Amino acid sequence: MAKIAATTGNSAIAYAMKQINPDVCAAYPITPSTQVMEDFSTFVADGLVNTNLVTVESEHSAMSACIGAAAAGGRVMTATSANGMALMWEMLYIAAGMRLPITLALVNRALSAPINIHCDHSDSFGARDTGWIQLYSENAQEAYDNMFQAVRIGEHMDVRLPVMVMQDGFIISHSIDRIEYLEDEEVQKFIGPFVPQYALLDYDNPVTLGSLDLQDYYIEHKRQQAEAMKHVPQVVLDVARDFERLTGRSYGFFESYRLEDAEIGIVIVNSAAGTAKDIIDQYRQKGIRAGLLKPRLFRPFPATEIAQALGHLKAVTVMDRLDSFGAQAGPLAMEIRSALYDLKQRPVVLSKIYGLGGRDFEEQHCQYVLDELVQVAKTGTYQNLCEYITHRD
Amino acid sequence: MFKLKNWKEVPIGGAVDLPGSAMENKTGSWRVNKPVWNSEKCIHCLRCWVFCPDMSIMTADGKVTGINYDYCKGCGICAKECPEKVKAITMATE
Repeated sequence: MAKIAATTGNSAIAYAMKQINPDVCAAYPITPSTQVMEDFSTFVADGLVNTNLVTVESEHSAMSACIGAAAAGGRVMTATSANGMALMWEMLYIAAGMRLPITLALVNRALSAPINIHCDHSDSFGARDTGWIQLYSENAQEAYDNMFQAVRIGEHMDVRLPVMVMQDGFIISHSIDRIEYLEDEEVQKFIGPFVPQYALLDYDNPVTLGSLDLQDYYIEHKRQQAEAMKHVPQVVLDVARDFERLTGRSYGFFESYRLEDAEIGIVIVNSAAGTAKDIIDQYRQKGIRAGLLKPRLFRPFPATEIAQALGHLKAVTVMDRLDSFGAQAGPLAMEIRSALYDLKQRPVVLSKIYGLGGRDFEEQHCQYVLDELVQVAKTGTYQNLCEYITHRD
Repeated sequence: MFKLKNWKEVPIGGAVDLPGSAMENKTGSWRVNKPVWNSEKCIHCLRCWVFCPDMSIMTADGKVTGINYDYCKGCGICAKECPEKVKAITMATE
Protein backbone atom coordinates (compact mmCIF):
# COMPACT_ATOMS: atom_id res chain seq x y z
CA MET A 1 0.00 0.00 0.00
CA ALA A 2 1.45 3.33 -1.04
CA LYS A 3 2.25 5.80 1.71
CA ILE A 4 0.84 9.28 1.07
CA ALA A 5 2.75 12.19 2.56
CA ALA A 6 3.12 15.96 2.35
CA THR A 7 6.68 16.88 1.51
CA THR A 8 8.94 19.12 -0.57
CA GLY A 9 10.31 18.27 -4.00
CA ASN A 10 13.81 18.03 -2.54
CA SER A 11 12.73 15.65 0.23
CA ALA A 12 10.87 13.53 -2.31
CA ILE A 13 14.07 13.20 -4.36
CA ALA A 14 16.13 12.37 -1.25
CA TYR A 15 13.56 9.73 -0.29
CA ALA A 16 13.74 8.26 -3.80
CA MET A 17 17.53 8.07 -3.42
CA LYS A 18 17.12 6.35 -0.06
CA GLN A 19 14.86 3.76 -1.64
CA ILE A 20 17.24 3.28 -4.58
CA ASN A 21 20.13 2.89 -2.10
CA PRO A 22 22.96 3.72 -4.53
CA ASP A 23 26.52 2.49 -3.95
CA VAL A 24 28.04 5.97 -4.04
CA CYS A 25 26.82 9.58 -3.82
CA ALA A 26 29.29 12.42 -4.23
CA ALA A 27 27.90 15.91 -3.86
CA TYR A 28 28.60 19.51 -2.97
CA PRO A 29 25.76 21.64 -1.60
CA ILE A 30 24.20 24.44 -3.62
CA THR A 31 20.87 26.21 -3.25
CA PRO A 32 18.15 25.16 -4.05
CA SER A 33 19.22 21.49 -4.25
CA THR A 34 21.07 21.47 -0.90
CA GLN A 35 18.23 19.78 0.97
CA VAL A 36 18.44 16.72 -1.29
CA MET A 37 21.89 15.79 0.00
CA GLU A 38 21.15 17.18 3.47
CA ASP A 39 18.25 14.73 3.87
CA PHE A 40 20.20 11.96 2.19
CA SER A 41 23.21 12.43 4.46
CA THR A 42 20.84 11.90 7.41
CA PHE A 43 19.81 8.57 5.90
CA VAL A 44 23.49 7.67 5.56
CA ALA A 45 24.26 8.73 9.16
CA ASP A 46 21.28 6.73 10.45
CA GLY A 47 22.44 3.63 8.60
CA LEU A 48 19.28 3.47 6.47
CA VAL A 49 21.30 3.13 3.27
CA ASN A 50 24.54 1.38 2.37
CA THR A 51 25.74 4.32 0.31
CA ASN A 52 29.29 5.63 0.49
CA LEU A 53 28.66 9.40 0.70
CA VAL A 54 31.66 11.33 -0.58
CA THR A 55 31.74 14.96 0.54
CA VAL A 56 33.91 16.80 -1.95
CA GLU A 57 35.30 20.31 -2.35
CA SER A 58 33.39 21.36 -5.49
CA GLU A 59 30.84 20.22 -8.03
CA HIS A 60 33.64 19.49 -10.49
CA SER A 61 34.98 17.05 -7.92
CA ALA A 62 31.47 15.73 -7.19
CA MET A 63 30.92 14.70 -10.79
CA SER A 64 34.53 13.47 -11.05
CA ALA A 65 33.99 11.22 -8.02
CA CYS A 66 30.70 10.00 -9.50
CA ILE A 67 32.51 9.12 -12.73
CA GLY A 68 35.23 7.27 -10.83
CA ALA A 69 32.71 5.36 -8.74
CA ALA A 70 30.60 4.49 -11.78
CA ALA A 71 33.70 3.35 -13.67
CA ALA A 72 34.59 1.20 -10.66
CA GLY A 73 31.25 -0.53 -11.14
CA GLY A 74 28.82 1.23 -8.78
CA ARG A 75 25.32 2.67 -9.05
CA VAL A 76 25.94 6.38 -8.54
CA MET A 77 23.89 9.53 -7.94
CA THR A 78 24.31 13.21 -7.19
CA ALA A 79 22.33 16.44 -7.02
CA THR A 80 23.08 20.03 -7.98
CA SER A 81 21.77 23.32 -9.36
CA ALA A 82 22.78 26.16 -11.66
CA ASN A 83 26.38 27.31 -11.08
CA GLY A 84 27.13 23.97 -9.45
CA MET A 85 26.17 22.27 -12.65
CA ALA A 86 28.14 24.81 -14.64
CA LEU A 87 31.20 23.81 -12.63
CA MET A 88 30.51 20.17 -13.52
CA TRP A 89 30.44 21.07 -17.20
CA GLU A 90 33.63 19.33 -18.30
CA MET A 91 32.73 16.21 -16.35
CA LEU A 92 29.17 16.02 -17.72
CA TYR A 93 30.58 15.34 -21.17
CA ILE A 94 33.02 12.80 -19.74
CA ALA A 95 30.26 10.90 -17.89
CA ALA A 96 28.28 10.62 -21.12
CA GLY A 97 31.31 9.89 -23.30
CA MET A 98 32.42 7.10 -20.98
CA ARG A 99 28.85 5.74 -21.12
CA LEU A 100 28.34 5.74 -17.35
CA PRO A 101 24.69 5.65 -16.26
CA ILE A 102 24.91 8.19 -13.43
CA THR A 103 21.66 9.79 -12.18
CA LEU A 104 21.72 13.53 -11.45
CA ALA A 105 18.86 15.25 -9.62
CA LEU A 106 18.96 18.78 -10.99
CA VAL A 107 16.98 21.45 -9.23
CA ASN A 108 16.61 24.15 -11.86
CA ARG A 109 18.04 27.55 -10.95
CA ALA A 110 19.17 30.63 -12.89
CA LEU A 111 22.83 31.04 -13.77
CA SER A 112 24.72 34.11 -12.57
CA ALA A 113 25.29 37.05 -13.16
CA PRO A 114 23.50 38.81 -11.59
CA ILE A 115 23.55 36.21 -8.87
CA ASN A 116 20.13 34.68 -8.37
CA ILE A 117 19.04 31.54 -6.54
CA HIS A 118 15.58 31.13 -8.07
CA CYS A 119 14.17 29.05 -10.85
CA ASP A 120 14.85 29.15 -14.52
CA HIS A 121 16.08 26.53 -16.94
CA SER A 122 19.35 28.03 -18.13
CA ASP A 123 21.29 25.28 -16.31
CA SER A 124 19.66 22.17 -17.78
CA PHE A 125 18.87 23.55 -21.25
CA GLY A 126 22.43 24.75 -21.50
CA ALA A 127 23.48 21.14 -20.88
CA ARG A 128 21.39 19.81 -23.74
CA ASP A 129 24.47 18.92 -25.85
CA THR A 130 26.38 17.12 -23.09
CA GLY A 131 25.04 13.69 -24.07
CA TRP A 132 22.85 13.29 -20.97
CA ILE A 133 19.26 12.09 -21.15
CA GLN A 134 16.93 14.79 -19.78
CA LEU A 135 13.65 14.17 -17.96
CA TYR A 136 11.58 17.17 -16.81
CA SER A 137 9.07 17.09 -13.93
CA GLU A 138 6.09 19.36 -13.27
CA ASN A 139 5.78 18.56 -9.57
CA ALA A 140 7.32 16.58 -6.71
CA GLN A 141 5.46 13.40 -7.64
CA GLU A 142 6.81 13.50 -11.19
CA ALA A 143 10.33 14.23 -9.96
CA TYR A 144 10.10 11.30 -7.51
CA ASP A 145 8.71 8.96 -10.18
CA ASN A 146 11.28 10.11 -12.75
CA MET A 147 14.17 9.18 -10.45
CA PHE A 148 13.33 5.46 -10.55
CA GLN A 149 12.65 5.53 -14.27
CA ALA A 150 15.91 7.43 -14.84
CA VAL A 151 17.84 4.59 -13.22
CA ARG A 152 16.17 1.99 -15.44
CA ILE A 153 16.54 4.08 -18.62
CA GLY A 154 20.19 5.01 -18.12
CA GLU A 155 21.25 1.52 -17.04
CA HIS A 156 19.51 -0.25 -19.94
CA MET A 157 22.16 -2.18 -21.86
CA ASP A 158 21.08 -0.58 -25.17
CA VAL A 159 21.50 2.88 -23.62
CA ARG A 160 24.22 3.14 -20.91
CA LEU A 161 24.02 6.93 -20.60
CA PRO A 162 23.71 9.32 -17.66
CA VAL A 163 20.31 10.83 -16.91
CA MET A 164 19.37 14.15 -15.32
CA VAL A 165 15.99 14.62 -13.66
CA MET A 166 14.78 18.20 -13.43
CA GLN A 167 12.41 20.00 -11.09
CA ASP A 168 11.89 23.73 -10.59
CA GLY A 169 13.97 25.34 -7.85
CA PHE A 170 11.93 26.65 -4.88
CA ILE A 171 8.61 26.44 -6.78
CA ILE A 172 8.77 22.64 -6.46
CA SER A 173 11.94 21.93 -4.49
CA HIS A 174 10.84 23.93 -1.43
CA SER A 175 7.03 23.73 -1.68
CA ILE A 176 5.00 21.16 0.22
CA ASP A 177 3.18 18.86 -2.15
CA ARG A 178 1.12 15.69 -1.84
CA ILE A 179 3.18 12.68 -2.76
CA GLU A 180 2.57 8.95 -3.01
CA TYR A 181 5.63 6.98 -1.99
CA LEU A 182 6.34 3.50 -3.24
CA GLU A 183 7.36 0.74 -0.86
CA ASP A 184 11.11 0.10 -0.63
CA GLU A 185 10.69 -3.48 -1.91
CA GLU A 186 8.67 -2.23 -4.89
CA VAL A 187 11.46 0.21 -5.77
CA GLN A 188 14.16 -2.45 -5.51
CA LYS A 189 12.11 -4.85 -7.63
CA PHE A 190 11.45 -2.13 -10.21
CA ILE A 191 15.05 -0.93 -10.59
CA GLY A 192 16.73 -4.35 -10.14
CA PRO A 193 20.42 -4.83 -9.32
CA PHE A 194 23.02 -2.68 -11.07
CA VAL A 195 25.02 -4.62 -13.65
CA PRO A 196 28.09 -2.71 -14.79
CA GLN A 197 29.19 -3.24 -18.37
CA TYR A 198 32.83 -2.62 -17.53
CA ALA A 199 33.99 -2.33 -13.93
CA LEU A 200 37.47 -1.37 -12.78
CA LEU A 201 36.92 -3.43 -9.61
CA ASP A 202 36.15 -6.57 -11.61
CA TYR A 203 39.65 -8.05 -11.26
CA ASP A 204 38.80 -11.09 -13.38
CA ASN A 205 38.04 -8.89 -16.38
CA PRO A 206 40.59 -6.07 -16.36
CA VAL A 207 39.77 -3.01 -18.48
CA THR A 208 41.21 0.40 -19.20
CA LEU A 209 38.64 3.23 -19.06
CA GLY A 210 39.08 6.85 -20.05
CA SER A 211 41.89 6.29 -22.51
CA LEU A 212 42.93 8.46 -25.44
CA ASP A 213 41.07 8.53 -28.77
CA LEU A 214 42.58 10.52 -31.60
CA GLN A 215 41.58 10.97 -35.22
CA ASP A 216 41.44 7.19 -35.55
CA TYR A 217 38.65 6.41 -33.05
CA TYR A 218 36.98 9.49 -31.51
CA ILE A 219 34.25 9.77 -34.14
CA GLU A 220 33.49 6.02 -33.89
CA HIS A 221 32.77 6.44 -30.19
CA LYS A 222 30.63 9.53 -30.84
CA ARG A 223 28.71 7.58 -33.49
CA GLN A 224 28.04 4.93 -30.81
CA GLN A 225 26.83 7.63 -28.41
CA ALA A 226 24.42 8.93 -31.05
CA GLU A 227 23.15 5.38 -31.58
CA ALA A 228 22.64 4.91 -27.82
CA MET A 229 20.48 8.07 -27.80
CA LYS A 230 18.39 6.56 -30.63
CA HIS A 231 17.62 3.58 -28.40
CA VAL A 232 16.37 5.80 -25.57
CA PRO A 233 12.78 6.56 -26.74
CA GLN A 234 11.73 2.90 -26.86
CA VAL A 235 13.35 2.26 -23.49
CA VAL A 236 11.55 5.31 -22.03
CA LEU A 237 8.21 3.89 -23.19
CA ASP A 238 8.97 0.36 -21.97
CA VAL A 239 10.05 1.62 -18.55
CA ALA A 240 7.00 3.93 -18.35
CA ARG A 241 4.73 0.97 -19.11
CA ASP A 242 6.27 -1.04 -16.26
CA PHE A 243 5.99 1.98 -13.98
CA GLU A 244 2.32 2.45 -14.83
CA ARG A 245 1.66 -1.21 -14.01
CA LEU A 246 3.24 -0.63 -10.61
CA THR A 247 1.73 2.76 -9.73
CA GLY A 248 -1.11 3.52 -12.14
CA ARG A 249 0.71 6.76 -13.04
CA SER A 250 1.34 7.10 -16.74
CA TYR A 251 4.37 8.72 -18.39
CA GLY A 252 5.62 9.15 -21.94
CA PHE A 253 7.66 11.56 -24.03
CA PHE A 254 5.35 14.44 -23.08
CA GLU A 255 1.96 15.14 -21.58
CA SER A 256 -0.81 16.20 -23.95
CA TYR A 257 -3.46 18.33 -22.31
CA ARG A 258 -6.68 18.97 -24.27
CA LEU A 259 -4.68 18.99 -27.52
CA GLU A 260 -6.76 16.54 -29.58
CA ASP A 261 -9.37 19.05 -30.80
CA ALA A 262 -7.36 22.20 -30.09
CA GLU A 263 -6.68 25.03 -32.55
CA ILE A 264 -4.08 26.83 -30.46
CA GLY A 265 -1.54 25.45 -28.02
CA ILE A 266 1.16 26.22 -25.51
CA VAL A 267 4.34 24.17 -25.08
CA ILE A 268 5.85 24.57 -21.63
CA VAL A 269 8.04 22.42 -19.35
CA ASN A 270 8.05 21.90 -15.58
CA SER A 271 5.98 23.69 -12.94
CA ALA A 272 4.54 26.53 -15.05
CA ALA A 273 2.60 23.89 -17.01
CA GLY A 274 0.32 23.59 -13.97
CA THR A 275 -0.64 27.27 -14.14
CA ALA A 276 -1.07 27.10 -17.91
CA LYS A 277 -3.45 24.12 -17.66
CA ASP A 278 -5.73 26.08 -15.32
CA ILE A 279 -5.88 29.02 -17.71
CA ILE A 280 -6.48 26.70 -20.66
CA ASP A 281 -9.48 25.32 -18.75
CA GLN A 282 -10.81 28.89 -18.38
CA TYR A 283 -10.44 29.51 -22.11
CA ARG A 284 -12.10 26.19 -22.92
CA GLN A 285 -15.10 27.33 -20.87
CA LYS A 286 -15.24 30.42 -23.10
CA GLY A 287 -15.34 28.12 -26.14
CA ILE A 288 -11.72 28.69 -27.18
CA ARG A 289 -10.09 25.45 -28.23
CA ALA A 290 -6.76 25.68 -26.48
CA GLY A 291 -4.42 22.86 -25.45
CA LEU A 292 -1.01 22.25 -23.95
CA LEU A 293 2.00 20.05 -24.53
CA LYS A 294 4.38 19.54 -21.64
CA PRO A 295 7.66 17.90 -22.73
CA ARG A 296 9.07 15.33 -20.32
CA LEU A 297 11.86 13.89 -22.48
CA PHE A 298 13.92 16.72 -24.01
CA ARG A 299 17.09 14.71 -24.76
CA PRO A 300 16.73 12.76 -26.89
CA PHE A 301 14.14 15.01 -28.52
CA PRO A 302 11.02 13.11 -29.69
CA ALA A 303 10.57 15.30 -32.78
CA THR A 304 8.28 13.00 -34.79
CA GLU A 305 5.85 12.44 -31.93
CA ILE A 306 5.79 16.14 -31.05
CA ALA A 307 5.11 17.02 -34.68
CA GLN A 308 2.21 14.54 -34.66
CA ALA A 309 0.79 16.04 -31.48
CA LEU A 310 1.04 19.67 -32.63
CA GLY A 311 0.72 19.42 -36.43
CA HIS A 312 -3.04 20.01 -36.56
CA LEU A 313 -2.92 23.28 -34.60
CA LYS A 314 -3.15 26.70 -36.22
CA ALA A 315 -0.77 28.42 -33.84
CA VAL A 316 1.54 27.37 -31.02
CA THR A 317 3.54 29.39 -28.51
CA VAL A 318 6.60 27.69 -27.04
CA MET A 319 7.61 28.98 -23.62
CA ASP A 320 11.29 29.00 -22.72
CA ARG A 321 12.38 29.76 -19.15
CA LEU A 322 15.81 30.77 -20.42
CA ASP A 323 17.30 32.76 -23.26
CA SER A 324 19.82 31.57 -25.82
CA PHE A 325 21.14 35.09 -26.20
CA GLY A 326 21.30 36.21 -29.80
CA ALA A 327 19.42 33.19 -31.16
CA GLN A 328 16.25 33.49 -33.24
CA ALA A 329 14.13 32.16 -30.40
CA GLY A 330 14.26 30.13 -27.19
CA PRO A 331 15.97 26.72 -27.52
CA LEU A 332 12.77 24.71 -27.02
CA ALA A 333 10.95 26.93 -29.52
CA MET A 334 13.63 26.37 -32.15
CA GLU A 335 13.50 22.60 -31.68
CA ILE A 336 9.70 22.60 -31.99
CA ARG A 337 9.78 24.81 -35.10
CA SER A 338 12.34 22.48 -36.63
CA ALA A 339 10.27 19.39 -35.72
CA LEU A 340 7.27 20.84 -37.57
CA TYR A 341 9.20 21.97 -40.66
CA ASP A 342 8.59 18.83 -42.77
CA LEU A 343 4.81 18.87 -42.28
CA LYS A 344 2.82 19.93 -45.33
CA GLN A 345 0.58 22.05 -43.13
CA ARG A 346 2.09 23.35 -39.96
CA PRO A 347 1.10 25.78 -37.25
CA VAL A 348 2.63 29.22 -36.77
CA VAL A 349 5.19 28.79 -33.97
CA LEU A 350 5.98 31.68 -31.64
CA SER A 351 8.53 31.88 -28.85
CA LYS A 352 8.27 33.55 -25.44
CA ILE A 353 11.05 33.99 -22.93
CA TYR A 354 9.47 34.07 -19.47
CA GLY A 355 10.09 33.73 -15.76
CA LEU A 356 13.86 34.19 -15.70
CA GLY A 357 15.44 34.20 -12.25
CA GLY A 358 12.26 32.91 -10.62
CA ARG A 359 9.89 35.65 -11.87
CA ASP A 360 6.38 34.24 -11.37
CA PHE A 361 4.41 33.02 -14.34
CA GLU A 362 0.96 34.32 -13.50
CA GLU A 363 -2.55 34.03 -14.83
CA GLN A 364 -2.32 37.30 -16.78
CA HIS A 365 0.85 36.18 -18.57
CA CYS A 366 -0.79 33.00 -19.77
CA GLN A 367 -3.88 34.95 -20.80
CA TYR A 368 -1.69 37.32 -22.84
CA VAL A 369 -0.13 34.34 -24.63
CA LEU A 370 -3.50 32.72 -25.35
CA ASP A 371 -5.13 35.99 -26.50
CA GLU A 372 -2.27 36.52 -28.95
CA LEU A 373 -2.61 32.93 -30.19
CA VAL A 374 -6.34 33.44 -30.86
CA GLN A 375 -5.47 36.43 -33.09
CA VAL A 376 -2.57 34.63 -34.82
CA ALA A 377 -4.80 31.62 -35.52
CA LYS A 378 -7.36 33.96 -37.16
CA THR A 379 -4.96 35.99 -39.27
CA GLY A 380 -1.99 33.67 -39.74
CA THR A 381 0.34 36.62 -39.08
CA TYR A 382 2.27 37.77 -36.03
CA GLN A 383 4.27 40.73 -34.77
CA ASN A 384 7.31 39.12 -33.11
CA LEU A 385 8.70 35.62 -33.49
CA CYS A 386 10.36 35.84 -30.08
CA GLU A 387 9.37 38.11 -27.23
CA TYR A 388 10.19 38.52 -23.54
CA ILE A 389 7.19 38.42 -21.21
CA THR A 390 6.74 38.57 -17.42
CA HIS A 391 9.23 41.48 -17.17
CA ARG A 392 8.45 45.18 -16.62
CA ASP A 393 8.32 47.21 -19.84
CA MET B 1 49.43 -1.36 -39.38
CA PHE B 2 46.59 -3.26 -37.70
CA LYS B 3 43.01 -2.99 -39.02
CA LEU B 4 40.92 -0.19 -37.50
CA LYS B 5 37.58 -1.33 -36.08
CA ASN B 6 34.29 0.29 -37.15
CA TRP B 7 31.85 1.92 -34.70
CA LYS B 8 29.86 -1.26 -34.22
CA GLU B 9 32.95 -3.33 -33.36
CA VAL B 10 34.75 -1.07 -30.92
CA PRO B 11 33.84 -1.34 -27.19
CA ILE B 12 31.60 1.49 -25.95
CA GLY B 13 32.84 4.55 -24.09
CA GLY B 14 36.46 4.12 -25.16
CA ALA B 15 36.90 1.05 -22.95
CA VAL B 16 39.92 -1.10 -23.68
CA ASP B 17 38.59 -4.50 -22.69
CA LEU B 18 41.53 -6.69 -23.72
CA PRO B 19 44.68 -6.53 -21.56
CA GLY B 20 47.88 -6.15 -23.56
CA SER B 21 46.06 -4.58 -26.50
CA ALA B 22 49.19 -2.51 -27.25
CA MET B 23 50.48 -5.74 -28.84
CA GLU B 24 48.06 -5.00 -31.71
CA ASN B 25 49.09 -1.37 -32.01
CA LYS B 26 52.58 -1.07 -33.48
CA THR B 27 53.35 2.43 -32.26
CA GLY B 28 56.79 2.36 -33.90
CA SER B 29 55.06 3.76 -36.97
CA TRP B 30 55.17 7.19 -35.25
CA ARG B 31 58.99 7.21 -35.57
CA VAL B 32 60.87 9.78 -37.65
CA ASN B 33 64.47 9.00 -36.59
CA LYS B 34 65.60 5.50 -35.67
CA PRO B 35 68.43 4.28 -33.43
CA VAL B 36 70.95 2.01 -35.13
CA TRP B 37 72.76 -0.43 -32.82
CA ASN B 38 76.31 -1.64 -33.57
CA SER B 39 76.81 -5.06 -31.92
CA GLU B 40 80.59 -4.90 -32.32
CA LYS B 41 80.98 -1.63 -30.42
CA CYS B 42 78.42 -2.46 -27.68
CA ILE B 43 79.87 -3.11 -24.20
CA HIS B 44 76.46 -4.26 -22.82
CA CYS B 45 76.39 -1.72 -19.99
CA LEU B 46 72.55 -1.68 -20.45
CA ARG B 47 72.27 2.08 -19.93
CA CYS B 48 70.05 2.17 -23.06
CA TRP B 49 67.82 -0.60 -21.58
CA VAL B 50 67.48 1.33 -18.29
CA PHE B 51 66.58 4.64 -19.95
CA CYS B 52 64.38 3.46 -22.85
CA PRO B 53 60.82 4.73 -22.02
CA ASP B 54 59.23 2.15 -24.35
CA MET B 55 61.07 -1.06 -23.35
CA SER B 56 62.29 -1.26 -26.92
CA ILE B 57 65.85 -2.41 -26.15
CA MET B 58 65.78 -6.17 -26.57
CA THR B 59 68.02 -8.24 -24.29
CA ALA B 60 68.90 -11.87 -23.60
CA ASP B 61 71.08 -13.22 -20.79
CA GLY B 62 71.98 -9.71 -19.65
CA LYS B 63 73.13 -8.62 -23.09
CA VAL B 64 71.64 -6.28 -25.68
CA THR B 65 70.37 -8.21 -28.72
CA GLY B 66 68.83 -5.40 -30.76
CA ILE B 67 66.08 -2.76 -30.96
CA ASN B 68 62.37 -3.49 -31.26
CA TYR B 69 61.31 -1.22 -34.11
CA ASP B 70 57.63 -2.22 -33.69
CA TYR B 71 57.51 -0.01 -30.57
CA CYS B 72 60.61 2.24 -30.66
CA LYS B 73 59.39 5.79 -31.34
CA GLY B 74 62.84 7.14 -32.08
CA CYS B 75 63.17 9.48 -29.09
CA GLY B 76 66.98 9.11 -29.17
CA ILE B 77 67.45 8.69 -25.40
CA CYS B 78 69.38 5.42 -25.96
CA ALA B 79 71.81 7.12 -28.33
CA LYS B 80 72.25 10.00 -25.88
CA GLU B 81 72.86 7.67 -22.92
CA CYS B 82 75.26 5.35 -24.77
CA PRO B 83 78.70 6.19 -23.23
CA GLU B 84 80.76 8.79 -25.11
CA LYS B 85 83.67 6.37 -25.62
CA VAL B 86 81.40 3.59 -26.94
CA LYS B 87 78.80 5.18 -29.20
CA ALA B 88 77.26 1.85 -30.14
CA ILE B 89 73.90 3.53 -30.83
CA THR B 90 73.57 6.35 -33.36
CA MET B 91 70.45 7.99 -34.80
CA ALA B 92 69.61 7.75 -38.48
CA THR B 93 66.62 9.02 -40.49
CA GLU B 94 63.98 6.42 -41.35
